Amino acid sequence: MLSDIIQFDFLRHTFLTGLLIGIIAPLLGSFLVVRRLSLLADALSHVTLAGIAFGLFIEKQLTLPLGPLYSGMGFSVIGAILIEKLRSVYKAYQEIGIPIILSGGVGLSVIFISLANGFNTDLFNYLFGSVSAVSRNDFFTILGIFIFIILMIVIFYKELLTLSFDEEHATVSGIHSKRIHFLFIVLTALVIAASIRIVGVLLVSALMTLPVASAMRIAVSFKQLILFAIIFAETAVIIGLITGYYLSIPPGGTIVMVAIIILLITLVFKRLSFHKGVVEK
Amino acid sequence: MSDSVIKLENIYYSYGEKTVLRNVNLDIKRGMFMGMVGPNGGGKTTLIKIILGLLRPDHGSIYLLDEPIEAFKDWNRIGFVSQKANTFNKGFPATVFEVVAMGLTAKVGYFKFMRKNHKEKVLQAIDQVGMGEYAYQNIGNLSGGQQQRVFIARALVSEPKLLILDEPTVGIDYRNVERFYELLHELNVKQNITMLLVTHDTGAMTKYATNIVCLNQTLHFHGKSEEYSALSAEYLSEIYGHPVQVIVHDHD
Repeated sequence: MLSDIIQFDFLRHTFLTGLLIGIIAPLLGSFLVVRRLSLLADALSHVTLAGIAFGLFIEKQLTLPLGPLYSGMGFSVIGAILIEKLRSVYKAYQEIGIPIILSGGVGLSVIFISLANGFNTDLFNYLFGSVSAVSRNDFFTILGIFIFIILMIVIFYKELLTLSFDEEHATVSGIHSKRIHFLFIVLTALVIAASIRIVGVLLVSALMTLPVASAMRIAVSFKQLILFAIIFAETAVIIGLITGYYLSIPPGGTIVMVAIIILLITLVFKRLSFHKGVVEK
Repeated sequence: MSDSVIKLENIYYSYGEKTVLRNVNLDIKRGMFMGMVGPNGGGKTTLIKIILGLLRPDHGSIYLLDEPIEAFKDWNRIGFVSQKANTFNKGFPATVFEVVAMGLTAKVGYFKFMRKNHKEKVLQAIDQVGMGEYAYQNIGNLSGGQQQRVFIARALVSEPKLLILDEPTVGIDYRNVERFYELLHELNVKQNITMLLVTHDTGAMTKYATNIVCLNQTLHFHGKSEEYSALSAEYLSEIYGHPVQVIVHDHD
């Protein structure tokens, strides 16, 4: 594949994009998981699908090159804002916004897909990811998102961590919890939109949560959690993209399976080291 | 400038139809160790939330460090240790250092990074509560008493003038409770940190607190700790609405 990557632009773009999302997906995922908001990623990815279907529909009907990546991003951010609104409406049932937005996203997707005259290969790529879908333009858009997200996380790291650990304490100590949380979900929405080209709508949340779940088994600090999660995600992306390319399987599937294998290994590893600890005592 | 740390005037609060607080007046002076007791549902936690600005009273005024709460910006001068410290996500992958450093987040401020002297302050606060050797351990692996010390350190790191503690010893085993109160006493005496401690533990209260208030909707008793000890069981039962046994611990 290495020679192919050098030879074919589209492969190079896919590979580089894969490496970028292999960093930002588990980075945001670390905060998502510890805040018990893993399902937020699922809801937003389905809203993103609606946005992509909308983009494809507009492209087809009006021959307007809106770009499904942008419409997906737009829908994702709007979905994130709506979930927040629902969270403040149903204060005692804060998770209820997630299924509402998820099903709303699927519903809209179905409508736009059938309006655009059904499933085509393009849409299939969006569902499960593709090794050949990333154009030069897409790559630069995703690079821009990557830089923006890394900057935001570096700048607001301490606020995000403080808020994730103890929202009440954060608020009492004078942090603008609501604004920081809002920033966080907008960043999450952007990561999801950026990742969809590679892993697809149905599996994007896996790339945000599985490496974090593995890292959780061995990390002592939050910084370690992020570091291990990124290492695991990159491993999954690289192996997944290569095997996907050679076996002609959408990379979403192969990446997630590698991530699951890593998770299984960390589960076994933890058990082994636990037994060792008992013996040593 | 007076030496008042918290001043409450005429506070009223109700959840819908149900009145929780009425006509609460309280003045906590610098250096006091104020204990607050009262029955469950008597409004203790609500009053704490009002002091912390998490709830707005229906009526009345609040002054923190002589400033009306609406204008008060210096929140890192007030440390807060909640009951929640016992129910936090114990699987959260963070070290003691990371958790205590969170106490500086607001003080350091937006768009600024932790510097070396901030990190030293964090380590100092950890040492202060006697958790030095655990600084880089995962907080989830510590005992309840140790975790609560870490939360005290998180409150101390921003060098507060006032510590507010809401039932901090719930879930801590009794042998460590004593040590925990000793720590609070030390901080109060040596560093002159004003304390507001909400607790069910009236025994410890009479031993460590300098002043005691008893809250059930409104303040029923307000005075020195010795005076509280002298109250008859009948009087307390009347406040609580059920029989109360007074266990008095003598001052050392």
